[in-house]
Amino acid sequence: MHLAYPAVLAVLLFCTGLYGVLARRNAILVLMSVELMLNAVNLNLVAFDVWLRDALHGGQALTLFTIAIAAAEIGIGLAIVLAVYRNRGSSDIDSLRDTAETDDAETLPDEVDADAVRDTTADQATAPAGKAKKAEATA
Amino acid sequence: MILSATAGHPGFLSPTGVEIAFLLVGLATFGAAVVTVTTKQLVHAALWLVVALGGIAVEYLLLTAEFIAWVQVLIYVGSVVVLLLFGLMLTRAPIGRSPDADSGNRWMALGASVPAAGALVWVVVDAFRTTWIDLDGPAQGSTKASGEFLFRNWVLPFEALSVLLLAALVGAIVLSRKDRPDRSDGRTAGQVRPDTRARRTGPDRTERPAADREDNS
Repeated sequence: MHLAYPAVLAVLLFCTGLYGVLARRNAILVLMSVELMLNAVNLNLVAFDVWLRDALHGGQALTLFTIAIAAAEIGIGLAIVLAVYRNRGSSDIDSLRDTAETDDAETLPDEVDADAVRDTTADQATAPAGKAKKAEATA
Repeated sequence: MILSATAGHPGFLSPTGVEIAFLLVGLATFGAAVVTVTTKQLVHAALWLVVALGGIAVEYLLLTAEFIAWVQVLIYVGSVVVLLLFGLMLTRAPIGRSPDADSGNRWMALGASVPAAGALVWVVVDAFRTTWIDLDGPAQGSTKASGEFLFRNWVLPFEALSVLLLAALVGAIVLSRKDRPDRSDGRTAGQVRPDTRARRTGPDRTERPAADREDNS
């Protein structure tokens, strides 16, 4: 078999997963795309291991380890997504912008009470922008 | 399928049976992956992911890595997709078409991934133009061979991996416990900042009723 076949398939799957990670809004769909990227890497490892005929079979051993680590990763990732959903009521990663470096997020924790009024006005000011962006995304 | 680069093979490609099967299954896998990342129905995305992962398992079988193929079927198709479906169910994902499944930066993602795919395909095809996998001889990934290399050469990483799985298990339990023991302490100790912040940013979200339900329960 030509080695280019599994390599090209792995490249295409990896870039599909890359698109999914960048373009999806739901956190669980992002995790699915990460699984696609991991599988592309696994396919590369198996193909090159079969090609090289290594005595240690490092590619296949690493593939097994990657599968186990991916299973652990998906468990932890889903636990985090569920915790975020419990706290925020959403698994939309575009709306989880509490650590983003915007202007209204630069207030220190001590002056929360003093700036509460100003922040609510700022939130109301930025809310139409977010809605407009969401409408643009759905269009 | 017995091909070597030294034989002076006339063509660039060599359509034998295994290659044709690999090509067809690869096309199905790639199509399922594309549908997975583009469909608007969240549950359908998980089900198309089953097709993509099963196709990769068939590719492992065609590459004579049988043990990894069955591990792939067991772990990915059997448990990871079920976990993802449970996650979709527990986050109350909409069943039908959800119009906001794709983010606003979809075109930017397309502009990042398509040139990356083109460049990588070009590099890979150019690099391995004259390279063939020799699939003859004993299967390199049978269960016997896998057990031998795994428990003869890779025992220490294997055992370290069991520690990692235990840590992941404990971490998942700790993360997903509903009643934290330090929550009441945190509220009485005056750490009200996360709560106030959640309430402050609450009204401009559409999922405010769900948050209310969580607070009341």
